[in-house]
Amino acid sequence: MAIIDVRKLRKEFNGLVAVDDISFSVGKGEIFGLLGPNGAGKTTIISVLATILKPTECEAKVCGYDVCSEPYDIRGCIGIVFQDPSLDEKLTARENLDFHARMYGMSSKKREDKIEEVLEMVSLQDRADSLVETFSGGMRRRLEIARGLMHYPKVLFLDEPTLGLDPQTRHVIWKYIVELKKKYGVTVILTTHYMEEADKLCDRIAIMDNGKIIALDTPEELKNSLGGDLIVLKGKDVQKLKSKLKKFATKIREFNSSLSLSVKDAEKSLPKIMRAVGGDKIDSIKMQKPTLDDVFLHYTGRRIREEKADKMSKFRARRMARMRR
Amino acid sequence: MTFQAIYTLWLRELKRFWRAKSRIVGILAQSFFFLAIVGFGLNNIVEISGTSYTTFMAPGIVCMTIMFSSIFAGVSVLWDKQFGFLKEILVAPVSRLSIMLGKALGGATTSILQGLLVLFVVTAFGMVPFSIFGLTIALVIMVITSVTFVSMGLAIASKMDDPHGFQLIMNFLVMPMFMLSGAFFPIENLPAPLMFFVSIDPLTYAVDGMRSVLLGVSTYPLALSLGVLSVFCLTMLAIGACFFNRIT
Repeated sequence: MAIIDVRKLRKEFNGLVAVDDISFSVGKGEIFGLLGPNGAGKTTIISVLATILKPTECEAKVCGYDVCSEPYDIRGCIGIVFQDPSLDEKLTARENLDFHARMYGMSSKKREDKIEEVLEMVSLQDRADSLVETFSGGMRRRLEIARGLMHYPKVLFLDEPTLGLDPQTRHVIWKYIVELKKKYGVTVILTTHYMEEADKLCDRIAIMDNGKIIALDTPEELKNSLGGDLIVLKGKDVQKLKSKLKKFATKIREFNSSLSLSVKDAEKSLPKIMRAVGGDKIDSIKMQKPTLDDVFLHYTGRRIREEKADKMSKFRARRMARMRR
Repeated sequence: MTFQAIYTLWLRELKRFWRAKSRIVGILAQSFFFLAIVGFGLNNIVEISGTSYTTFMAPGIVCMTIMFSSIFAGVSVLWDKQFGFLKEILVAPVSRLSIMLGKALGGATTSILQGLLVLFVVTAFGMVPFSIFGLTIALVIMVITSVTFVSMGLAIASKMDDPHGFQLIMNFLVMPMFMLSGAFFPIENLPAPLMFFVSIDPLTYAVDGMRSVLLGVSTYPLALSLGVLSVFCLTMLAIGACFFNRIT
């Protein structure tokens, strides 16, 4: 059953198209990723689905409610962690959570129990009564995730949840996100421009560019769509190897003294290839899995990382650096 | 539900107020400097309608405290914007009107607390005669005044993107309103052009009403001051709510 159903979503800012007739649906309990460079329209989609932004053309449903006509019903059933910090630094962690719970109309008993529960989940119990201004960037992020869970949301939006965090903290956040799905069965929509993050966390990924979804599938299928894995081997007699190995590869290419084979499943093909090669001499053999970056390259002709940081994201990075310290 | 949201926002304002002690000290110090330096400086050479200058000025200083802290409380939405917390507030399943009212009531409460502190001090030092009736009506005036200016602050903040313009508001709105209000001098016999601005300044009626209940001297009848002030208050509330509703 789809908990989010988007049909031909369109958003223009003064005639500039940010999201161009996008359609997709997300199943209950899924971790769904929106992957793409800055300015692809990821945050715009999240803002529209969270009813913060009114779309130009709207036919989108979240939790069965319409984003344009039933925003308050949607707000009650979603949680959101914004890209930029959104905590009150002059309040303690507990007060921030309590504020949130009260705004969402939770009773006092429920509030207390849930605050303990989410604090434990993100391991912040010890710091519950410290002012947020004393927290590190990672701790703030964890607190924001905990806050997003306070009111038992069915859908949790995470907008660039690990932006500006160090690799170690990033792994901790990933752990929490995976736990969310296991423990609460929450549907998670996350945006990111980190390949590894999308690959590791998401059940399905929509790759976005210029306001359009250019590919949508499981990470595995997206990578398989490129024709499988690569096996590169070096040997003395390349021609002889080539004739022997032809039948294992969907595509075989020869350059210098190496052979590059495209295979469906490198792990399973490797032993067969080794057997077929038999006594012929091989100097080296290398197995390579395609990455989502390769997928993005395949569809757009450029790499996500090549994207120059635009003015806005530079400003944002500076701001994050200042605020997260 | 809505009531709980208003209460929640009110509670947050109070907590933040209590923790921002330097801000409170700043606003109170300003009031006392005016009283102590300008007041006592002019005390020997100025006497207005039979009262000493410090006494004449005291009700105005109470109103000034209220106005400054109220505008500041309203404009503090800009800091919520800057630090991202406004998004957290706006995405909650709560109507904009409740949010605006919660903010306004919270800001008004903290301003009234500061105004009461100043009023307490001027009464204790004998600058203003003590009377239960006077102080009660004074409190009513303080409530109306603070709601007026918090709403004004909220309306302004709704139209601005960051706190950089705050100095402009201080220089071109808050200071002129303060100086025109008659807190420093009697407004009778002012030249007509100046009198026009004086008469459209909400603070004029707050100061005059306050002087009327505390000292028994006034330019306008108390009922008129209260009436005009209430109209200003409701108008600003409506404008504030309307502008706030359009924040994105």
